[in-house]
Parts: sequence; structure tokens; C-alpha cells
Amino acid sequence: MKFKTFFLQRILAWALTILIGVTFIFFIPRMFPSDPVENMIAQMQSRSGNMDPAEMEALRQQLRIQFGLDGTLLEQYGYFLLHGLLQFDFGPSLMSYPEPVTSIIGRNLPYTLGLSLTTTLLAWIIGNFIGLLAGFRKNKTSSKILEGIAICIYPIPYFLVALVLQIVFAFVLGWFPIQTTLLTRGTFAQWLGSLLKASVLPGISMLLLGTGWWIISMKSLAGTTAEEDFVLYARYRGISEAKIGASYVFRNSILTQITALAMSLGGVFGGSIMTEIIFGYPGVGTLIQNAILQSDYNMILGCITISIVAISTATLVVDLIYPFIDPRIRYG
Amino acid sequence: MKKFAKFWKAANFRLKFGLIVTLIFFIIGFVVYYVPHVNPFTFNTYPNKLGASAEHWLGTTSMGQDVVWLLIEAIHNSLVIGLIVAFLGTVVGVFVGLLSGFAGGLLDRVLMIVTDTFVVIPSLPILIMMTSLMKGSSTTIVMALVLAMFAWAWPSRQIRSMALSIKERDFIHTAKFSGESTVQIVVTEILPYALTWSLSNFMNATLSAIGSESSLAVLGLSPGNLVSLGNMIQWARSYNAIFNKQYLWIGAPIVATVILFVGLFLLITGYNDYLSMKRGR
Repeated sequence: MKFKTFFLQRILAWALTILIGVTFIFFIPRMFPSDPVENMIAQMQSRSGNMDPAEMEALRQQLRIQFGLDGTLLEQYGYFLLHGLLQFDFGPSLMSYPEPVTSIIGRNLPYTLGLSLTTTLLAWIIGNFIGLLAGFRKNKTSSKILEGIAICIYPIPYFLVALVLQIVFAFVLGWFPIQTTLLTRGTFAQWLGSLLKASVLPGISMLLLGTGWWIISMKSLAGTTAEEDFVLYARYRGISEAKIGASYVFRNSILTQITALAMSLGGVFGGSIMTEIIFGYPGVGTLIQNAILQSDYNMILGCITISIVAISTATLVVDLIYPFIDPRIRYG
Repeated sequence: MKKFAKFWKAANFRLKFGLIVTLIFFIIGFVVYYVPHVNPFTFNTYPNKLGASAEHWLGTTSMGQDVVWLLIEAIHNSLVIGLIVAFLGTVVGVFVGLLSGFAGGLLDRVLMIVTDTFVVIPSLPILIMMTSLMKGSSTTIVMALVLAMFAWAWPSRQIRSMALSIKERDFIHTAKFSGESTVQIVVTEILPYALTWSLSNFMNATLSAIGSESSLAVLGLSPGNLVSLGNMIQWARSYNAIFNKQYLWIGAPIVATVILFVGLFLLITGYNDYLSMKRGR
């Protein structure tokens, strides 16, 4: 297969994934009996007593347009694809009206990306390194203990690890702030200091889970590779153990882990949302939570569309890099 | 019994340990659960904020509920949701996987594009959106159905590749030439293969469904009257159990969830190791 064909196929799959994904999140809510506009009007009525029927009808119409619920289903879909998907324009946010959803997401996204990308990469590197050592010497007690720890941490949901860390290190020991507070005044260095301090616990909780998985999977990969004939042969040739580990076992097992990294990004994003919510970290997760609490559907739709696009794109990038790393795959 | 003794002898440590832990949870959730007791959800059944005692092993909540029975109810409901989701996901996954692997052609392509999309797109945000639309009106069954929408894609992909590799093997050709119909071949020759793998996937799906439900619960998106492990943690959190140092109330569901998840995970990896050992690797 030529690289060009592979490239085009991959791009097509990427576009289709996004299209199916957003079509799904467009139509599913419309199949539920619950109507966001009616919900909002009911909420307003319960807050401010009875409203004038004519006024209410006007408000309903106004809200329909702002939610993109105006016109036939097909028109709405077209409007959503054109504005939401292509221009990332999801209309105004209802919780901080009239600021557009996109600009609020733009403010919060860097925190989520910073937290999740840093911890994912660190976890990948640390986990694979430990996993390689553990798999290469899998009969040592230290390897078994490390794997045991990883197995006991990995299956726990993100928010639980975050919650336990919060209880132990913020409530009981008091080493860290319970909720994230970023300095809005003061110098850049002070702001950065407050950000770093606030990121320690969320970072550690995501790092623990990520590292756990990479240790488990790398150990089993490296353990299998280490039993291959070419490793045995290398041993007979008298090549040092360190060299066998680094250039024979490592190079062969790491390739699988690159694909696995691409596959794990969706889960990491979900985990990041939950971790942020527990610690009140000012990223997309906290934004989604506030949007849920205040029934800001434009915001929820915006966050989800952008996350689908972002994760599919990240997966695409890792997939496209892959042939350049694996010398066994060469297109044309 | 003899068969079980043989299995137990061949099983590895993880499988045994995971099986025992999971079994204990099933006994709590499906046997102890039916011991007659006061509905643990009702407020002010007992005095509030009691510590641990012989009568209330894990104390009572700020609403005067007994933590032990609340926990047992939560384990029951979480397991039920996990099992329903895993069942639906496995059945649909095996069906779509076999269909796509055997039909081939256009149907296969379309099914695989949809499946791949469901494998790649982040499930949590979409679950958040759907459950936030149903806020208040959702029930346990609806919750399970929603979670099941993301449980079928992975098994269907795996079953498809399994079907593709099996369908070219000699014994399938033999079956075909001896006049068996495709449906017959699928049921008698391929399903047994698919089922051993599906069991491990089934446990995995149970685990991830319970995890998703509790994540949604922490967001306040699980049905408000559903006593699940996630909701129990969330209630304790929202009634400031941590600030008031009611560590038994918040700690009990956390510890139970952690033990359940580690137990299930050990069972899954242990079972997979056991299978590959049986295949002689």
C-alpha cells in the first residue's frame, strides 16, 4: 500500500468518525421527550411566579433560535453542521449570557490540555520504563511487587483516586488546598506558583492511574518479547543484558504501546473531566459540570463536539506518525 | 464437583483471588440483600450520625440511614446495572461482529465504520449529555440502556476479527462441504469460540459500566432515588461527610468500590491467563 492511499484512507476515516459522532449527539437529545427550552421555561416560572402568556411565547421563540431548535429537524441539523462543527460556533452560553460558548471553552481548554497531556506523556514514559524492567526480569520479587501495586490501582475509576487523594492529603493532612484557587492578581510567577500547587493532586491522581496501565501492559508485552528466539540468540552471541533490553526488547514492544496511546486518549479525557470536577480545577470538566447544574445545553453540546473533534484528531496524528517510527511499515 | 476441583487446581492465583472477591460481592448483593430489613433509603429511621456500634456496624448517615444496609443495597444495584449493561453489550456485540464478519461486502464496511466510531469517540461526555437531558426522569433501566450504547462496539470489533480468522480454517470448510448451513456453522462451530472470549469481555463490561455509572453519579446525573455505589459516595460528599469527619459513611462505599474493582480486574486478567495457558502457550 502506498503511503498516500494509507494517508487518504485514514483522513477519510477521521472525517467519518467525527461526522457520525456529532450526528449521534445531535439526534439523540432530540429523541428524548425532555425539551431544554421547556425545562428552562418551567425553571423560570418556578422562580418568578406566573408570566404573561404572550411574553412567554416570545421568550420560547427566542430560546428556540438560540438553542438551534428552530425549523425542521433537517434544517436544524444543517445549521448545526455548518455553525457548530465547521465554525465551532455554538451560540451564546446561557450561564454567562451573552458570552459565546466558544470563547469560554477557549479559556478553559488550555488547563485541561495542560493537565491531561502532561500526565499522559509522563505516565506513558514512566509506566513503559517500569513495565519494561518488570517484564524483562519478570521473576524478580521487585517486578512482582510493582505489578501488584499497578494492578491494585489501575482498575479504580479516576474520580475515586482523586477523591481518596483529596481526603487524605487535603482534608486530613492539609498539605494542599481542597479546591483549586488560582491567583487572578499578582505577578505571572505568583499565578504560575498557584497553578502548580493546585495541579499537584489532580496531576498525581491521573499519573497514578495512567502509569498503572502502562506498567501492566508493557510488562506483559516485554515478557513475551523477551522469550522470542531472537532475544535468546542475542544472549548466545554474548550481547549485554542492558543492550538486549534497550535495543531488542524495548524497540519491539514500544511500537504496540504507541498505538495503545492513541486508543487511550478518549479514556484519558473522560478521566480528566472527573478529576477536574473533584478538585474544582478550572478546565473543561468543571465547565461541563457547571453547564449541567445550570442547564446550559449550548455549552454542553459545545464541549462535547470539541472533545470529539480533539480526540479523533489526536488519534489521527498518532496513527499518521506511526509508519515513520516502525521501520517494518513502509508505504511505497 | 470433580470438574471444579480440576479447574481450581489449574487456576492461577489471580483467578482464584478475583473469583473469591467477586463471589463475596455477589453473595452480599444477591443473597444478604434479601435478608428482611428496613428499607435503608428511608430518612430518619435511626438517630443521625451514630458511630460504629454492635447495632450499626458502620454507623448511620446524617439522614439517619444505616450505612451497612445502604451499602448492601448499593452493591446490589450497582451489580444489577453492570450485569444488564454487560449482557446487552455482549449480545449486541457478538451479533454485530458475527454478522459483519460473515456477511462481508458493503454491510461489513458500514457496520465497521459505525463500530469504529463508537470505539474512538469519548463515551463519558456523551453519557453526560444524555443523562443531563434526562435529569430527574431517568430510571435504573434507562440508565442501563444508555450505558449499554457504549458497551457493544469493542466486543463487536473483536468478534468480527475472530470470525474472519476462523471462517477460513479447514474445519469450517469441512462443515460447509458436509452441507451445514451458514447459520448452523455460526451456532455450532464459531459461537463456542466467541463465547470463551465473551466471558472475559462480559466481566470487563460489567466493571466499566459500574465505573461509568458512579462517575455520572458524582456529577449528580444518576437517578436520584437509585441507591448505587456512586450515588452513595455522592450523597456523603454533598452532605459534607468529609468535613464532619464521618469517614465511615464516605469510606464504606469507596472501599467497597475499590475492592470490587480490583477483584473483578484480577478475575479478568486471571481468566485470560488461564485461557492462554489452556491453549498451551
